[in-house]
Amino acid sequence: MSAAQGKGNGSVAVRTAELCRHFRMGESLIPAVDRVSLEIRSAEFVALLGASGSGKSTLLNLIAGLDRPTSGSVVVQGKDLARLDREELAKYRLRTVGMVFQSFQLIPSMTLVENVELPLRFAEVDRARRRHLCQTALERVHLGARSNHRPSELSGGEQQRAALARALINQPQLLLADEPTGNLDSQTGAEIMNLLLECNQSLGMTVIMVTHERSLAERYTERLMVLSDGRLVDDVTVASSTRSSAPGGTP
Amino acid sequence: MKAYDVGELAVRNLRESVLRNSLTTVGISVGVASLVAMLSLGIGLQHLANRRLAKSGLFDTIRVSSRRDPRNFGREGGENGPEAAESPPLDESARQRIAELANVSEAYPEIRFATELRFEDKPHLSVVSALPSSARTTDAFEGIEGRFFSSDTAPEAILEKSFAERLLGTSPQPGGKDSNPAQGLLGKQLTMRYAERTAIPSPASPARSSNPADMGYSVSSREENLTIVGICDLDPDSMRGQARARVFLPLKLAEGLHVMDPSNLRDTTNVLGGSPTYAALDVRVGSPKHIPEVESAIKQMGFDTFSLIDATKNLRQFFAVLDLFLGIFGSLALTVASIGIINTLVMAILERRREIGIMKAIGATDGDVKGLFFAEAGAMGGFGGALGVALGWALGHAINAGTNLYLKRQHFPPAEIWFVPWWLVGGAIVFAILVSLVSGLYPARRAARLDPVEALRYE
Ligand SMILES: Nc1ncnc2c1ncn2[C@@H]1O[C@H](COP(=O)(O)OP(=O)(O)OP(=O)(O)O)[C@@H](O)[C@H]1O
Ligand SMILES: [Mg+2]
Repeated sequence: MSAAQGKGNGSVAVRTAELCRHFRMGESLIPAVDRVSLEIRSAEFVALLGASGSGKSTLLNLIAGLDRPTSGSVVVQGKDLARLDREELAKYRLRTVGMVFQSFQLIPSMTLVENVELPLRFAEVDRARRRHLCQTALERVHLGARSNHRPSELSGGEQQRAALARALINQPQLLLADEPTGNLDSQTGAEIMNLLLECNQSLGMTVIMVTHERSLAERYTERLMVLSDGRLVDDVTVASSTRSSAPGGTP
Repeated sequence: MKAYDVGELAVRNLRESVLRNSLTTVGISVGVASLVAMLSLGIGLQHLANRRLAKSGLFDTIRVSSRRDPRNFGREGGENGPEAAESPPLDESARQRIAELANVSEAYPEIRFATELRFEDKPHLSVVSALPSSARTTDAFEGIEGRFFSSDTAPEAILEKSFAERLLGTSPQPGGKDSNPAQGLLGKQLTMRYAERTAIPSPASPARSSNPADMGYSVSSREENLTIVGICDLDPDSMRGQARARVFLPLKLAEGLHVMDPSNLRDTTNVLGGSPTYAALDVRVGSPKHIPEVESAIKQMGFDTFSLIDATKNLRQFFAVLDLFLGIFGSLALTVASIGIINTLVMAILERRREIGIMKAIGATDGDVKGLFFAEAGAMGGFGGALGVALGWALGHAINAGTNLYLKRQHFPPAEIWFVPWWLVGGAIVFAILVSLVSGLYPARRAARLDPVEALRYE
């Protein structure tokens, strides 16, 4: 399946308008995200680039519904997040969004399968179905044999794969990854990138990934958005020739 | 999240820091145990006091006498009902009418007379009193040697211990707790000599013999052989402040003897009709609280009544206050325990900040997080409550055993000063859960309000 076909419908997945998130630190005001207007279509694979402190994570959290904007709006799949109350926002995070973090954020006291099962508990899925879904999800990230291990017994790459399985378990339309390879060496980072690419290409998910590494972004994503001091300063489409178009294209 | 999942996650979280949570649970159980201990003690003492009072028969008995009785003239309480002259005689039909009143469990004549009793050919003087079969349950017969009357008409007698000792010629030595007159007396015969009164028609006017005023009576000396069946420790009448009876007969037997008490003036002038009249009736009501209504109903019938005021009411008030104080002291420990719960859960929030952040990031609602902390608090409360009740119960049994050992050494009958009713068992556990949930209120709210972005911000 080619990347172009994935965006066949061309509908808008995420749209922000004049989005601002300011933090007040005593007297000063930090514009972590400042008047950002962007549009991301369904099944796009977008990289958010920028220096440290440029507001990438803050923007991602706003799209994830983890944070509320100071002003402006975020509309995801036609839903204005500002109109959702706390409960509806939680349901939005549960069903529409999947999140992956730089430090994996698995619950250390739970085994992999229990970690992956957690969103299913919140979604009130039947116990009988849960086990099956978890096992399939772990097998998809090649961790079927490690399901009863605790995160501390796994390598970083394995933990991130488990986190990805957890993010995907409720079949979200939007996958948000905040520096998913930041704590991994380039080899294991590539494994994760390939999995993200697979989600984007074969499952048709919209993927927004934050990263420092422009080269990594250019290799895997089709669009680069660059933030600087909270402002969106660049938005370029990557020529498809430079990208590895199929999963498994490890350098 | 489904309740089952909330419970499962809560239990696994509790197991995760098992030492801290067990200590908190033990804290709750100590609190519950102290509450149960205090309340059980109060309830036990109340039961004990109530049982003693109920068995004394003091507060559920009305003494009924006739207004014709000269001793009652000018007595207070005779305002309502007919004048003395018009008041009805206190005879068998009156007894039956009184016995049929609502809430009256029994109405029996008071029979009490002084007479001579012979034992092994030696005469002894004593006051003899008749007892209805319901007296069997009074605490005077709790420590009885031998047994109660086999029937209401059996020619049997129960002796008071001091009289029994007198019969045997053994005077009770001070501290002579080991003297046991029972072996020497049970089954032996006692001969009671008494004066029987029989009605005879007046020879002056045989034609108008139906007029009781024209009747006369004769007195003849009789003897009755009685078997000694029991020896009791206490005089069941001791609190009535009358001449103490030391020998007791079954009621129906005593009634049938028609004893004339020579010491009683009224008895000698008593007119005799078809049915005998009684000096007094004892009316037992089901419960002390029915005394006033029954008393006024009897007054309406034209009799005088006498009863002690319902002292159980004051007693109940006293115990309500006592229970309150004991409950407050017991609750104090539980309050400390509930602060323990708050502390443990607030600690858990700090420790599990990141975990809460993760759960919210992947879709947990505020309610899910709140429910989880509530369930943890409730589970600690439930476990602690159950453990505490068991602890309190064990403690109570130990104290009961201890007191009874002491009482036995002091030659007192055993007593249950500790009583744990079932409602207290259930109530204490429910209360522990409620207290824990209230304690969990603040931590749960705080956890639910946690900002996930803050919580996930690393190092
Ligand atoms: N809760 C907060 N309170 C105050 N300032 C904040 C808060 N969160 C973020 N900021 C500030 O907002 C700016 C953007 O932060 P953000 O975490 O979005 O940067 P980033 O691009 O993700 O950086 P990095 O690449 O290091 O992760 C920073 O200057 C940061 O100090
Ligand atoms: Mg960041």
